[in-house]
Amino acid sequence: MLASSSDRPAVLEVLELRKRFGELEAVRGVSFRVAEGETYGLLGPNGAGKTTTISMICGLLEPDAGGVVVAGRPLTTRSVQAKAAIGYVPQELAIYPDLSARENLRFFARLYGLSRREAERRVEEVLGVIGLTDRAREQTKRFSGGMQRRLNIGMGLLQKPRLLVLDEPTVGVDPQSRNAILESIEQLSAEGMGVLYTTHYMEEAERLCDRIGIVDLGELKAEGTRAELVSLVGEKDRVQLEGAGDLEAGAAASMQLGAVAAASVQNGKIQLLVEGARNLLPELLLTVAASGVRVGAVEVDEPNLEAVFLHLTGKALRD
Amino acid sequence: MQAALLIAAKDLRQRLRDRSAIGIAVVVPLALAAIFGLIFHNVTSGGVSCTCKLGLVDEDHGAAARAFETQAIRPLEREGLISVRREPTLAAGRMATDSGTVGATFVLGRGFTRAIDGGRPAKVLVLADVGSPITVQVAASIARFYASRSDTIRLAGTVLGPNSATALRAAATAQPISLLDISTTSKQLSTGTFYAAGMAVFFLFFTVQFGILSVIDERRDGTLARMLAAPIRRSSVLGGKLLTSLALGVLSMTVLAVATHLLLGAQWGNLLGVAILVVSGVLAATAVMALVATVAHTSDQAQAWGSMVALVLGMLGGTFFPVSHAGGALALLSLATPQAWFMRGIQDLAGGASARVVLGPTLAILVFAVITGSLAFARSKRLVAS
Repeated sequence: MLASSSDRPAVLEVLELRKRFGELEAVRGVSFRVAEGETYGLLGPNGAGKTTTISMICGLLEPDAGGVVVAGRPLTTRSVQAKAAIGYVPQELAIYPDLSARENLRFFARLYGLSRREAERRVEEVLGVIGLTDRAREQTKRFSGGMQRRLNIGMGLLQKPRLLVLDEPTVGVDPQSRNAILESIEQLSAEGMGVLYTTHYMEEAERLCDRIGIVDLGELKAEGTRAELVSLVGEKDRVQLEGAGDLEAGAAASMQLGAVAAASVQNGKIQLLVEGARNLLPELLLTVAASGVRVGAVEVDEPNLEAVFLHLTGKALRD
Repeated sequence: MQAALLIAAKDLRQRLRDRSAIGIAVVVPLALAAIFGLIFHNVTSGGVSCTCKLGLVDEDHGAAARAFETQAIRPLEREGLISVRREPTLAAGRMATDSGTVGATFVLGRGFTRAIDGGRPAKVLVLADVGSPITVQVAASIARFYASRSDTIRLAGTVLGPNSATALRAAATAQPISLLDISTTSKQLSTGTFYAAGMAVFFLFFTVQFGILSVIDERRDGTLARMLAAPIRRSSVLGGKLLTSLALGVLSMTVLAVATHLLLGAQWGNLLGVAILVVSGVLAATAVMALVATVAHTSDQAQAWGSMVALVLGMLGGTFFPVSHAGGALALLSLATPQAWFMRGIQDLAGGASARVVLGPTLAILVFAVITGSLAFARSKRLVAS
């Protein structure tokens, strides 16, 4: 079992980052930390400041204030060694369409300082990881969007980085390729790589990230595990029971359980507000059945990050 | 340095796969040089020579007429500047001219030698074909030249004999006349060479754009950000792009020089001199396009401005027509362009001179490169900003 993220050494420390573009303060004092083997998600709508934050973390933009430490080394736009620890996957496809997949990978492998021999070895490994070995000699302009996305990610893995930074890597990707990409990231994280992942897709953040930072208007509004963020909001799970029998009696019986905060019958269904519904569900069903209700269907609606975002910012994630 | 070389190698690979780049760098300039060479084949103006077809009718058959032929006509024939068809009679000469077989015909009438020997005005009649105005101009110039100097032709003495009156008069002349004076075009460029050099240096300014301006394309496509995120210095990216421009420039100029020599018969002159001019020209082209790249905000803007700069400098620099012959402010202004100095250097080499003659033009080109390159360097930080 892995130690908690705070116990493991940090591969990335972001300290009070600030960046202004003219009148617009794009990033306002953002701080967070990513540990080895941890996947940290920056969740926020378009224009929240995620890409600007990432650009400063990767040494593409000089911050106005604050700092970035990667694998123990301070990082600026002029850093060389600190950058070697980062694998960067930009939001837009950053590949050369008139070069083959192998040539694209080989060029960046050499640019990251790998020897010719080591580069050749890693290129073949990465081609295998992203499933493009059979198409390695083709010019990438002939690739499908999903294949180009996979290559875009593969180019960030060449030097076996300690920190992989992915800026919305699944935008515009078909569901099948998206799933393949998410599986790859889960695999890399399991191998001990620190991952910083920005997205405005709540489902991706929930699936991939050990911890999530919620960003809006250049500020980190809150961070923590999914459970911590949800508890921050204080919302309860909604449980809906469909069945036959005395529904009112079933609702009343469920109230005897301490975790049930409210129960009512609406539209021929028992509606409950429950704390920790997943854990309580077996006991709840037994109690309701004992009251004479034959339950035919159960629906559990847990509070999600969308609700958290709405609670923290007053607007929906995709606004 | 290794990163810069990697970037340059990658760029060159891309450019060599890009057929439009090869077209701009080699095919188009070669084709245009050939087309212009054909169009202006019969032009003789300033630095451009031709082979004018002329006729000659000698009704005099005297010593002065023979002197006109041997001293005024044959040297130009030997240089390949004119070809002369001998006609037996005035009527035959007129027919050859009217039919366009020749562009103009000299007629040396009866008594031509007697007139010169007697110190009287001698007439050289020129029959003109209105369809060949340039050949007519050439013929008239030769006739006028001969007529104006006919009383002081020392060389005629060798024809007339040392005791003749003409020879005695000529011997008293302080400055003997040499007909080579009017064949100074032999030090200038042939049509083929002029357009080979002109088109090569004109398109050089387009070719180098494929290197340095590609940094703007890479910024647009996101690959610049990816390179800047790699553990390399920003100067390596810029260095790689500059190397690409230099390599493309030298490569295209070399290919064009060899191809125009083999296919169009262009005579570029001393190899070392040409190499010095090519390298300095490539540096100047790269520097000015680097400056364009630092000013432009988008790829389209960079392409448009780069093309405008290349076109204006090329036209002003006399790569299509010898602007220096226009005289006045235009000729003076053309000296501000590296193309004009490049053409001057090639022209200086064309007479068979050593590489030393290109030092002046090379210095002028390098001054241009240093000024524009310094301005580009001062603004270069903007170029490699993500």
